[in-house]
Amino acid sequence: MSRIAATFDRLRGEHRQALVPFVVAGDPDLATTGQAVGALARAGADMIELGVPFSDPVADGPINQRAYQRALAGGVTVRDVIELVGQARPAVPVVLLSYYNPIVQYGVGRFCADAARHGVDGVVIPDLPADEADELVAAARPVGLDTIFLLAPTSTDTRIRVVAGRSSGFIYGVSVTGVTGVRDRLPEEIRELVGRIKKLTRLPVCVGFGVSTPDQARRVAEIADGVIVGSALVALLEQPGDKVARLEQFVRELRKAIDAVGARGAGPS
Amino acid sequence: MASVTQKGRFGKYGGRYVPETLIPALDELEQEYERYRQDRLFQEELAYYLQRYCGRPTPLYFAERLTDMLGGARIYLKREDLLHTGAHKINNTMGQVLLAQRMGKGRVIAETGAGQHGVATATAAAMFGLACDVYMGAEDMVRQELNVFRMRLLGARVIPVESGSRTLKDAINEALRDWVTNVRTTFYVIGSVVGPHPYPSMVRDFQSVIGREVRTQSTAEIERLPDYLVACVGGGSNAMGLFYPFKDDPEVKMVGVEAGGLGVSTGHHAATLVAGTPGVLHGAFSYLLQDGAGQISSTHSVSAGLDYPGVGPEHSYFKETGRAKYVAVSDRDALQGFRLLSQTEGIIPALEPAHAIAYLRTLVPTLSRDHVVVVGLSGRGDKDVQHVSRIVQSSNEALSSP
Ligand SMILES: Cc1ncc(COP(=O)(O)O)c(C=O)c1O
Repeated sequence: MSRIAATFDRLRGEHRQALVPFVVAGDPDLATTGQAVGALARAGADMIELGVPFSDPVADGPINQRAYQRALAGGVTVRDVIELVGQARPAVPVVLLSYYNPIVQYGVGRFCADAARHGVDGVVIPDLPADEADELVAAARPVGLDTIFLLAPTSTDTRIRVVAGRSSGFIYGVSVTGVTGVRDRLPEEIRELVGRIKKLTRLPVCVGFGVSTPDQARRVAEIADGVIVGSALVALLEQPGDKVARLEQFVRELRKAIDAVGARGAGPS
Repeated sequence: MASVTQKGRFGKYGGRYVPETLIPALDELEQEYERYRQDRLFQEELAYYLQRYCGRPTPLYFAERLTDMLGGARIYLKREDLLHTGAHKINNTMGQVLLAQRMGKGRVIAETGAGQHGVATATAAAMFGLACDVYMGAEDMVRQELNVFRMRLLGARVIPVESGSRTLKDAINEALRDWVTNVRTTFYVIGSVVGPHPYPSMVRDFQSVIGREVRTQSTAEIERLPDYLVACVGGGSNAMGLFYPFKDDPEVKMVGVEAGGLGVSTGHHAATLVAGTPGVLHGAFSYLLQDGAGQISSTHSVSAGLDYPGVGPEHSYFKETGRAKYVAVSDRDALQGFRLLSQTEGIIPALEPAHAIAYLRTLVPTLSRDHVVVVGLSGRGDKDVQHVSRIVQSSNEALSSP
């Protein structure tokens, strides 16, 4: 069983929901990301999602776009991010989020092998739909790298079946019809989407895109197996001062809000 | 790069590399397009507008003085510059906006580089009564100021894009983000043979009217097919529209002319097929200008419409199979082509096809008068006159005889 699957098994037994923070690797530099990974794990993250910078992130709003630009200004590559994970080796699973082209240029097979060897547990590729992912899935399976595909409010039941069939670890439920970013309120349609996904697969569902406050995290935890918080954390890294301390403090607040849900949540599917 | 469905593949190129949110919309578009492609009423209506509103068929014009001047093959110009709005882009936007209307979408969005596709989309949207938002790189808005004003006159909103290189690539990113957000109500009118399936095939089909007419016209005029087809390639829509109807005629050679910028060896260019490598951008696997880590390079061309680091996947396939050849022409040579056509034929071309004109100086003298070369004159130069005059002033380059 993968470390990601084992994490969800354990959480299910504890009637808890996963907290999955996201930051961009190399924003503003790799040393800060290294510290951030430690801080996120201490603050109660169940998994850590690290973004690989890309010049043309079409699924991202302005906050993450700026973070990718900062990381690219420092010349951060896929290889750097994989090595960072190898050095940090946090106690919780690590998922890389990368657009497809940097992986294609690295070599899909080599990427999966190197990532797994350095302790990466799974990969999310926002511009690679499940039905274009033969090569990725074939390379990821033998090395034990989970392939996490996304589903959106626009996804039909047919799409849910296709995506569930190629996903492992968990499914990434996109909360909004839109790009990443900080939002005041989350749309109702996410409840409906998670419900439909749950009818068709036993894989855990984590919800992200727009989850910005402890209160929103709590409400997502009531319907899903995990909560992914990205832009709100990335925005904290944009501010001057002790970025990592601020990040850790905010993730603790998210943790507390999610743990208040406990057994009332979606629970075992 | 095998895929489950092999959807929209040209050899290994093409595909659909987009956020999951868009997949149902692409499925719907594919089905609707397939339906209307075979729908006689739709095709008749499109043909009606192309003829009565846009001015098709466009002439195939024998450029006699240019032919004499270059001393080789006979040169014919396919006069897409005479179309309503001044470029081939309207062939595609009439088709897509008509489709958007049939699909019940109240709003269209587009990206634009030179502004020609934006103007053509705004025009079709005004004519069919749809709301229209156009994304345009802030740098291109300066280069093609006149077209920004035209789009606004036509009732479109022009949204400046400040991210990245502030050119066409970034305008496409922003249009894709808009589409991801408003996909239920919005139709994305892509301006070239790029993007996820079915766009490359659909745009090619709408532009193929160019090559179909050339077939008929050359058969009537010279009683055979041309020996060479030459067209500029940005995303590749005017070139593919000219080439495609001849793809199964091996005697017809095809040359796509890319933007060589300051010179391919300088790194400041947009010659994707000449100098790029395959990768994934804007929904397709195709040739790209990128660094070794897979980050997309910034490009340079004097012509905003060619200033793009990607290219249509079917061109990548034509390159791989050798069906077409691709070359690069520098800014400097393109500016000479611009003035060459102006002064020998009284036709001011857009800077994009000026690249194709410039390439004639290389190609035509190697051929004899028995040979026929058809050049896709994809647009007229009104939009570029101001830009060129600024360049000429700043470089003190005389615009006298070619
Ligand atoms: C006149 C003209 N020709 C060519 C192009 C390049 O596009 P494509 O390669 O799709 O024909 C443009 C783009 O703006 C244009 O305006």
